Amino acid sequence: MDEILEILEKNGRASEEEIALMLNKSVEEVRGAIKRLETDNVIVGYNTLINWEKSDRENVIALIEVKVTPQRGQGFDKVAERIYRYPQVKACYLMSGGFDLTVIIEGREMKEVALFVAEKLAPLEGVLSTATHFVLKKYKDEGVVFADKELDDREALIL
Amino acid sequence: MNLSDMIRPSVSNVPPSGIRKYFDLINEMKDAISLGIGEPDFVTPWSIREAGIYSLEKGHTHYSSNPGFIELRRQIAKYLIRKYNVSYDPAKEIVVTVGASEGIDIALRALVGPGDEVIIPEPSFVAYKGCTSFTGATPVSIELKAEDEFKLKPEQLEKALTKRTKVVILPFPNNPTGAIMTGEEQKKIVDVLKDRDVIIISDEIYAELTYSGKHVSFASFPEIREKTILINGFSKAFAMTGWRIGYACGHPVLIEAMNKIHQYAIMCSPTTAQYAASEALNNCDDEVDSMVREYNRRRRVMVDGFRKAGLDCFEPLGAFYVFPGISSTGMTSDEFCEGLLKEEKVLAVPGSAFGSCGEGFIRTTYANSYENIVEAMKRIRQFVENHKGKN
Repeated sequence: MDEILEILEKNGRASEEEIALMLNKSVEEVRGAIKRLETDNVIVGYNTLINWEKSDRENVIALIEVKVTPQRGQGFDKVAERIYRYPQVKACYLMSGGFDLTVIIEGREMKEVALFVAEKLAPLEGVLSTATHFVLKKYKDEGVVFADKELDDREALIL
Repeated sequence: MNLSDMIRPSVSNVPPSGIRKYFDLINEMKDAISLGIGEPDFVTPWSIREAGIYSLEKGHTHYSSNPGFIELRRQIAKYLIRKYNVSYDPAKEIVVTVGASEGIDIALRALVGPGDEVIIPEPSFVAYKGCTSFTGATPVSIELKAEDEFKLKPEQLEKALTKRTKVVILPFPNNPTGAIMTGEEQKKIVDVLKDRDVIIISDEIYAELTYSGKHVSFASFPEIREKTILINGFSKAFAMTGWRIGYACGHPVLIEAMNKIHQYAIMCSPTTAQYAASEALNNCDDEVDSMVREYNRRRRVMVDGFRKAGLDCFEPLGAFYVFPGISSTGMTSDEFCEGLLKEEKVLAVPGSAFGSCGEGFIRTTYANSYENIVEAMKRIRQFVENHKGKN
């Protein structure tokens, strides 16, 4: 089970057949296991990691530190929900330390992100303060280095 | 003066490598896939590289003591107990070498000379025979067989032993076959050797890369512990080939002799590599485990690929090699490899490069990316298909 996750975490496109072969299991076994992982929400989704900088699309990402007042009986969850429901919010984490929520926003330009913070996020009931940090460059994301792939420069033949 | 006459016969008589032509061929090719590289495709884990860099920043650029930093030797001793339950005194029973290769060389130089015989199970890593020949001693091959899964049988060993046998080399997990030996199988070999006056050189450089059960070290058998030199290193397990660092362990009398040669020939192993190796032993278990799991997955894909191509392929359970039989194609291993490279741009190594009994087999390594392996297996299948009934 763990190894299926290890494979899929690195390559969401690995087929059931490939995984079965790699792990010396039957295709049915692997299919069943993946199905269970999906049902149990262990596998939450399958994404593609895109380096937008190299595409034609303009894209800005901001990491926003949000301080909130927890609500009676519901802690941070209710406020968090009101934030993460927005489609602009790519990620939302509850944090330990100096602030409460990390909110990652993606937009086409800085102004769009800034406006979202000013008009939607900051005025929300329970939100005490926000601090917006724009991402200038992604070096690595989801365990993958974004720099151009290094060539295999090993000698062609070694006994 | 004819310079060639100045070279000792024991050196000039060792034939040049027959695989030169493959270098020339592949160097002219684009998009060729090499399955001929006997080293990890992983880069050394970052924390190890970082430790090497840090040691340079701190100015640790001097010699170490001849057998290596005592701290590193202590860590090696701990690691060997933890992993293989073999115990060595770091002060007297361990020498840090320039790769496992140096360990093999200085062990042979310390032990054998003209008139002595060295038993080498083959197919095997080419250096055993070469280094034996350089000393003037006689290499005696034992031909391991595919039907025995390339394991050494006690009867074979019994037959090869003579009054002149001084050293027996035990190369498991094996390059090029990927064969391993289980504890029970090893015990039978131990029983043959325990009452003989021979030294065992057990090359366990691939010990971490074992895919079925746990690797058992020959040095862990108390009956032969005193006469066994354990060779190991960092190259394969920690993906550190270019650092050139390994170690040899054994009885103080043997290690002292080896260290004498090491001291005059090498002085000490590279200091930077020693610091890096130290980090490898301290903090890299997870990285090693993850590389081993990855190799294991690729191994299954490759074995399956050969079987689907219709080639006989025993299941290799160690190292990172697959050693399928190709005689069903009617080609020699050299013809197969040359054809495969020219027609499908995949480089494999003819089994004959690892001893004459490797004829009829090819060595391929799965120390390559998953994508490359899948593509290479497709091309090999095509190649076998194209040559069906031709030869």
